[in-house]
Amino acid sequence: MSKYHNIVPISLFVTLTFVSPLQAGKLGLGRPALPDEVAAWDLDVRPDGTGLPDGSGDVLTGEEIFADNCAVCHGDFAEGVDNWPKLAGGMGTLDRDDPLKTVGSYWPYLSTTWDYVNRSMPFGNAQSLTPDEVYGVVAYILYSNDLVDEDFVLSRDTFTEVHLPNADGFIVDDRKSAEAHFVTDPCMQNCKDKVEITMRARVLDVTPDTGD
Amino acid sequence: MTFRFKGNPPSRRQFLTGAAAIGAGAVAATTARAAGDPLITEPQYWAQGLGEGVDATPYGLPIEYESDVVRRNVDWLTADTISSINFTPIHALDGTITPQGCAFERHHSGAIELTKEDYRLMINGLVDTPLVFTYGDLERFPRENHVYFCECAANTGMEWAGAQLNGAQFTHGMIHNMEYTGVPLRTLLEEAGYQTTGKWVYVEGADASGNGRSIPMDKALDDVLVAFKANGEALRMEHGYPVRLVVPGWEGNMWVKWLRRIEVADAPVESREETSKYTDTLANGISRKWTWEMDAKSVVTSPSPQSPITHGPGPLVITGLAWSGRGAIKRVDVSKDGGKTWETARLAKPGERMALSRFYLDTEWDGTEMLLQSRAMDETGYVQPTKAQLREVRGLNSIYHNNCIQTWWVKPDGEAENVEVS
Ligand code: HEC
Repeated sequence: MSKYHNIVPISLFVTLTFVSPLQAGKLGLGRPALPDEVAAWDLDVRPDGTGLPDGSGDVLTGEEIFADNCAVCHGDFAEGVDNWPKLAGGMGTLDRDDPLKTVGSYWPYLSTTWDYVNRSMPFGNAQSLTPDEVYGVVAYILYSNDLVDEDFVLSRDTFTEVHLPNADGFIVDDRKSAEAHFVTDPCMQNCKDKVEITMRARVLDVTPDTGD
Repeated sequence: MTFRFKGNPPSRRQFLTGAAAIGAGAVAATTARAAGDPLITEPQYWAQGLGEGVDATPYGLPIEYESDVVRRNVDWLTADTISSINFTPIHALDGTITPQGCAFERHHSGAIELTKEDYRLMINGLVDTPLVFTYGDLERFPRENHVYFCECAANTGMEWAGAQLNGAQFTHGMIHNMEYTGVPLRTLLEEAGYQTTGKWVYVEGADASGNGRSIPMDKALDDVLVAFKANGEALRMEHGYPVRLVVPGWEGNMWVKWLRRIEVADAPVESREETSKYTDTLANGISRKWTWEMDAKSVVTSPSPQSPITHGPGPLVITGLAWSGRGAIKRVDVSKDGGKTWETARLAKPGERMALSRFYLDTEWDGTEMLLQSRAMDETGYVQPTKAQLREVRGLNSIYHNNCIQTWWVKPDGEAENVEVS
């Protein structure tokens, strides 16, 4: 999220004199970051859309960009190729064996898709898409997950209209309570009657050959 | 055995004595062989000739006989090696410090070459003055040394559904333990003047993956380090040279490599690595997020499938590693019978907070099969659970944070296998 518009530009050569009350003395190291520098690196987008740039993109344009830049790994319909990540499908699988986690089935926030595609994809040529292209590609990923219609246009304005199905599917780490019983006085003797081997790694035989 | 002089050629006199000695040895070997171990009774070439001179390897590597003690990956886990992981050969190491050269690697866009000259670190967001530091600036802040383990949250992840990989390296090798030198993150945040509305810091790397994680301000101000040295020397490229974040006790993905930006914010970013990944889906389909701490865990590193018993019955050293993201290891118990009875092992030294502990059980092996297990206890009283206990709470679909008790089935021939027991 860029805050650069709030920053009064400070000359590189001005020494800083103000110190926040509770914080230790400053050494005066480093130099003020310039607004353009902050803008260049501060690209992350928050769940409420803060940080999204101007621009827009529609599903069909997005489909073309996806075909050219993404499909080789993620498949024409975002269904994934070989071991490369699947970006679509898997709805309703989270409580089954081997759930399929995709943008559609698992991701809680659309901001994450925008942010990740914008900063990290395509793999090997990150940060090569324009904001309009990212809007379009993300619209297409939504479409591939049956979450928007073919005529959908994604922009900062329509962004908040989209709710991902698994938005409420997360709880904050509850190990302290849910696993409180792991704090215990462990058994040392006669801890169980019998022990049987129930599964062997060699039977599965998926360990790489280490040459010894 | 060829006799090779290395370094400066020997003088004629040295050469003659050397040749004469070899001749004598050869005669002794064919005629009156002295009783005993020839390695002792016969002069050996390394005790006669000269070894390598200094500077033969300006930066030394392990001797060739240790060439199998290397990181290894598991091909089928990932689509390619650029976004992938490999494993520390913990089965072959002892003590607690992991040499950088065999410490596991995990990249999301490959390991990048970033020079100190090109390195910049930005602090922005809710601060009085957004700042940019060079590498040189970082070295001018007061710095600290700490030993911490770094464990990938996915360590042992392949074992959720059952015993899969046959070796401690593969089941437990996404971990390393190093002594870091760096500047407390707190110092840098104070330098920029973080504001009290800032409840989180978002940390981000300079590589193409732009790996970014949100860390609560309390942790950021507590013990997080901006590190530039590990085990006394510069970080390796694969571990984030020149600067990485060290987040003691918390999952490895948060230890952002090639750290380039720290943003003080009032809310978490909910980046890909803290939503799509590094979240834990329970049996009911609901997923835990922000499961940052690594639970107490241990593993017997030897004997183990890659480190079988080769000496037959008699004195046996059982050894392994234990650690906890919530503090120091207090105790480690070892079972030889799959968890029916337990004995308390010896800690090589008192546990240190968020660092690996080495344990030993010095025992007598009767040559019969064993179902070897270890069980760690940390200073909070948390006891490492069995796989069954974990599954009861978390189901079978978790990937991360598998800290269950591991079982090695050691057979009478000394070979060991990864198994699951009732
Ligand atoms: C060369 C192969 C390749 C191409 C081309 C590619 N990706 Fe990816 N994509 C990957 C890999 C590999 C990952 C996982 C990276 C990691 O592990 O951090 C990934 C991850 C993703 C994810 C996150 C998946 C998840 O479940 O967490 C999204 C979304 C994504 N890519 C979108 C795109 C888009 C959009 C494009 C085109 C602009 C694109 N990718 C192009 C290989 C590719």
